[in-house]
Amino acid sequence: MISLSVNGEQRDLDVDPQMPLLWAIRENLAMTGTKFGCGIAQCGACTVLLNGKAIRSCVISVATAEGGEVTTIEGLADLVPGDGLHPLQEAWIEKQVPQCGYCQSGQLMSAAALLDSNPNPDDAAIDAAMSGNVCRCGMYSRIRSAVKLAAAQTGSVVQTFDPAVTTDLEGADHG
Amino acid sequence: MGKWTRRAFITTGVLAGGALAVGVAIRPGHRAPKVAGQVTENGEVLVSTWVKIDPSNKVTLIAAHSEMGQGAHTALTQMLADELDASWEDMRYMEAPAIDEYANWALGKGFLLGDADIPAALVPTVDGAMLQIAKAMKMQITGGSTSIRATGVYGVRVAGAAARELLLQAASDAWGVPLSQLDAKDTHIIDRNSGKRAPFAEFALAASQTAPSATPTLKTPDQFRIMGKSRPRLDIPAKVDGSAVFGIDAQVEGMKYAAILAAPVFGAQLLSVDSTEAQAMPGVAQIVSLDDAVAVVADGYWHASQALKTLKPQWSQTDNDATSSESLFKQFDQSLAEAFDGGSSKADVDEGDLPAAFASAAAALDATYRVPFLAHACMEPMNATALVTDESCQVWIGTQNPLGFRYEVADAMDMDVEQVQIHQHYMGGGFGRRSISDSAIQAAKIARAVGEPVKLIWSREEDVRHDHYRPAVASRFRVALDDQGQIAAWENVYHEKHEPAEAPTIPYMVGAQKIHAVDSPTHVPFGAWRSVDHSQHGFFTEAFFDEVAIAAGKDPYEYRMSLLEGKPRHQKVLRTAAERAGWGEELPPGKGRGISLQESFGSLVAQVVDVTVRDGKVSVDRVVLAVDAGFAVSPDGLTAQMESGVNYGLTAALYGEITIADGAVQQGNFHDYLMVRMADSPEIETHIINSGEAWGGAGEPGTPGIAPALVNAVFDATGLRVRELPLSKHDFSDFS
Ligand code: FES
Ligand code: FES
Repeated sequence: MISLSVNGEQRDLDVDPQMPLLWAIRENLAMTGTKFGCGIAQCGACTVLLNGKAIRSCVISVATAEGGEVTTIEGLADLVPGDGLHPLQEAWIEKQVPQCGYCQSGQLMSAAALLDSNPNPDDAAIDAAMSGNVCRCGMYSRIRSAVKLAAAQTGSVVQTFDPAVTTDLEGADHG
Repeated sequence: MGKWTRRAFITTGVLAGGALAVGVAIRPGHRAPKVAGQVTENGEVLVSTWVKIDPSNKVTLIAAHSEMGQGAHTALTQMLADELDASWEDMRYMEAPAIDEYANWALGKGFLLGDADIPAALVPTVDGAMLQIAKAMKMQITGGSTSIRATGVYGVRVAGAAARELLLQAASDAWGVPLSQLDAKDTHIIDRNSGKRAPFAEFALAASQTAPSATPTLKTPDQFRIMGKSRPRLDIPAKVDGSAVFGIDAQVEGMKYAAILAAPVFGAQLLSVDSTEAQAMPGVAQIVSLDDAVAVVADGYWHASQALKTLKPQWSQTDNDATSSESLFKQFDQSLAEAFDGGSSKADVDEGDLPAAFASAAAALDATYRVPFLAHACMEPMNATALVTDESCQVWIGTQNPLGFRYEVADAMDMDVEQVQIHQHYMGGGFGRRSISDSAIQAAKIARAVGEPVKLIWSREEDVRHDHYRPAVASRFRVALDDQGQIAAWENVYHEKHEPAEAPTIPYMVGAQKIHAVDSPTHVPFGAWRSVDHSQHGFFTEAFFDEVAIAAGKDPYEYRMSLLEGKPRHQKVLRTAAERAGWGEELPPGKGRGISLQESFGSLVAQVVDVTVRDGKVSVDRVVLAVDAGFAVSPDGLTAQMESGVNYGLTAALYGEITIADGAVQQGNFHDYLMVRMADSPEIETHIINSGEAWGGAGEPGTPGIAPALVNAVFDATGLRVRELPLSKHDFSDFS
């Protein structure tokens, strides 16, 4: 039995310890938002956060993740306070990023890790952090602008904790 | 009724778009209980085959187009909402079930068998639709960029306008007031005199009992409220939180998982397989042998794929065990040379006196262009989940052709079509690949062997090695220039003709011309790949045309414009792209600019590409694109399709190459079949021209023009003429 936390919940997995985390998430935990694209860390479709870092879950074994904290796309919105979506998800909708949508869970998780370490990334930083994620539908410029939009909005989300500016920002975040 | 062979069923099943579309309008009485039972629930009323309204006044469009990210669901819903005078907030979309009543062939059958009763007033529309149908028949399914221009134009708009008239009539009857006094607005009927207002839902039942008009009055563009404006795509929210369910995500109670390996050489058969080691591995349930493949079924995909690696299959020998890309290109060159020397070929165009033009030419050019095989590499690898019993076969999959798959699975399983059910899902990319039913049939056969539900997932390697490919093609040109630098003769011979038929033709004024095709068959399976034949001919003709312009001593843009006289629509698109890109400016050393023009799927696209060639590497800085699709139903949707089409074509132009060695595909995954990534994706600037001409497609027209504009820009920067894709084959190390 291997224990780990997935989206804040303790989960016990009775699986082959060498099984990549991707398949445990998709099949054993039946959370299918995380996608299979290549199986060899070349496309980023399977990206999840492990202890806050973006990893390719198709090449990280369940054993490696033991005891860790895993966040998948299903838990992304819970990383921010409130009932709403994560600012990245809001930005993805605002910029109408997804086409087929298949790569987008991975794109969002890579972007989340990026903003966590670099709240205000420039183009070069975005390229560097996001180039492990293939979008066969080619929505790269939208992804880039959505990351920037979310970066700008993340600032305001943080500010909503300041009672002095709360009223100003109401509606602005989601309008 | 004529006798229908399976072939005929499938072909017409594939009729796509236009067919059923018109059917809604001209063939009332589609409200068979069977249809209503399948598409309505909880008090919803089916007003016509394509429109249902629920008690809370929500309107649902039911249409037979699948969503692979092209935004068709949203754009079609916009078209219905506008004609129906419904509020956008009240609109929903439902993909039609894979049943004959929603099949695109239902009407095609009527046309083909001659029993359709077509009102005279609709004849022009029907003629237009037939043209679309004829093309769709060859182009196939949700593909050929037909959703908007065929289904939308000939079907959804007519259905919306007809339903609006039914609702107004029902209100007039109920309230006892003249029709002329009533308006439809915001999903309500309003009596202008009394101010009385009631939701559509109140009249839905009465409306559903009347036959819809065949000739409703459609709105004119100045009356559009929703068409022509960008609306947030309906499918996007589910695609940012992981909740969108793709084929690979299907969950069937008690299912097992399968991994598969097909014969590496196309056409080889499985002779035997040693599975001793696999049988003993954890989780393995069964090894299933198919004619040309072997699969491992296990308790999870990981176990299945691990065990698959230990199998030792024996494949039969084929005539192609020594075939390679080199041997194929040699064969192609030979075929082209024979055609040039008077061998047999089939002409697309044959006008004027070619020999005379060459005899008196001031200059002549002769060049051969080449492109390799390409895989689709949809982000979601091929997969299908199936459950087969003695009585039935169910398949869970994302497909571009649900009904066609139903017939093809039935045929492969030797079952009746009625016994087969297709559960449609979102597609993680289609691009033509998901119109081929191979994985569905494999899953069904494996599930039958196992007797339990099975989810079959192809590895990426399987996906790359067992695609149906954009063909490798060579195309040879000969051109004669007169002493004015005009094109006195244009001759082009190529092989691998599929669709659209007009793909190799050029829009420019030339003297004599002959464009002809030869056969040069290969064992590599063909598949429609985003923009189909345009994907190669767009590159061939527009890159070679640049060579001709340079040889004539002309500016490539000015030369194109001068030979497009009398084609203002083409000229406007080209001019828009050129002007917005700053065509004619001096560029610093190491930079280059190239242009292309492509007409495909009813739309015109011009692209101007800027490149930098530095440190031996070509980078694409910017693409300025102008598109005239007649009318942009959703401008942002059209823009997104252009961006997508450009990056898809750019991946092919920069890196895309599937090679054959010993009869088999050599590449397998994204490390050796490279994709454009964020760092090498250019800024793309899209300018939309609404010319008001017939509405064209969006999904494909952005793809063909990027490769020629790119190589033309590379020539501008370096003086190197690239006649063979991808660019990564060429050495730019002299440019630092
Ligand atoms: S599936 Fe893990 S990186 Fe592609
Ligand atoms: S949206 Fe289709 S692969 Fe990215």
